[in-house]
Amino acid sequence: MTTSAAILVFSAFLASAVEAVEALTVVLAMGVTRGWRSPLVGAGAALLVLAAVVAVLGPALSLMPIDTLRVIVGALLLVFGLQWLRKAILRAGGYKPLRDEAALYRAQVEGSRAAQGTIRAGMDWYAFTLAFKGVLLEGLEVAFIVLTFGTAHGSIPLAAAGAAVALLLVVAVGALAHRPLARVPENSMKFAVGLMLATFGIFWSVEGAGIEWPGADLAIPGILGFMTLVSFGLVAVLRRLRELDAVLTVGLFAKGE
Amino acid sequence: MTRLTNFFRFWYDFIVGDDWVIAAGVVIALIVTGLLVRLGLNAWWVMPAAVAALLAASIQRETRQSRD
Repeated sequence: MTTSAAILVFSAFLASAVEAVEALTVVLAMGVTRGWRSPLVGAGAALLVLAAVVAVLGPALSLMPIDTLRVIVGALLLVFGLQWLRKAILRAGGYKPLRDEAALYRAQVEGSRAAQGTIRAGMDWYAFTLAFKGVLLEGLEVAFIVLTFGTAHGSIPLAAAGAAVALLLVVAVGALAHRPLARVPENSMKFAVGLMLATFGIFWSVEGAGIEWPGADLAIPGILGFMTLVSFGLVAVLRRLRELDAVLTVGLFAKGE
Repeated sequence: MTRLTNFFRFWYDFIVGDDWVIAAGVVIALIVTGLLVRLGLNAWWVMPAAVAALLAASIQRETRQSRD
């Protein structure tokens, strides 16, 4: 396996793991409070829709000329990846709260207990709908990454395999633990995914525009290193700003202003 | 009409997200790169530089809002 193929699988794996942890929180809350059948059917239906999206759009995207594909897919991947990276930097710098799976799980459980549900044909449609929506919305980001990453690299099955392994792993751990996976370092994983999406987004979009990268594929680690440096630099600046704000607030408080 | 609006809003939020300036900046940087290629310049450095600047500016806008 080449380095870029390994990064492709790893990126799909990480993105899928993060989103699966978030979807698991919803499905677990529904299952524990309202029974397992309906949320599991809802989650399964959403996974089928996602698999169909990848199966239909994948071959359609592959029909495009490679340079056009790389410009469009690279730009989409870059914009999408910068969203992940921007949020991860703000969280790491203390300007956005970290996602708390345990708190979200408690809120979902309380909401689920209070909600009235319609039961028809042996299905609790409240639990079905929430599990379906939760898995579909979280999974759509993974499907997007699998499709864009996979087509630009020329290997959707490889990206899909990375995502599927992560999903199975999270489901297995969730089934054993029977509680949300609150200890998973979600922000660090999102940070890593954002860096990789942005890196490949830059590489492919610019290559598609007619550029020859110095060192060809060897430019990828270079871009990754540059993006990592920029991102960690921004986190360091944000942390310093937080400290200065705290000192300023204490100073004003001491003065009685 | 509402459904159509919701459909486009969903995809806008999904891809572009909170800061449209980043998306617009990426498109402009790509156009500039394409133009420089036509002029015979292998301007690989435009996009990394633009991305770093766009990211820093976006973070600055966000933090300025939350510090005000």
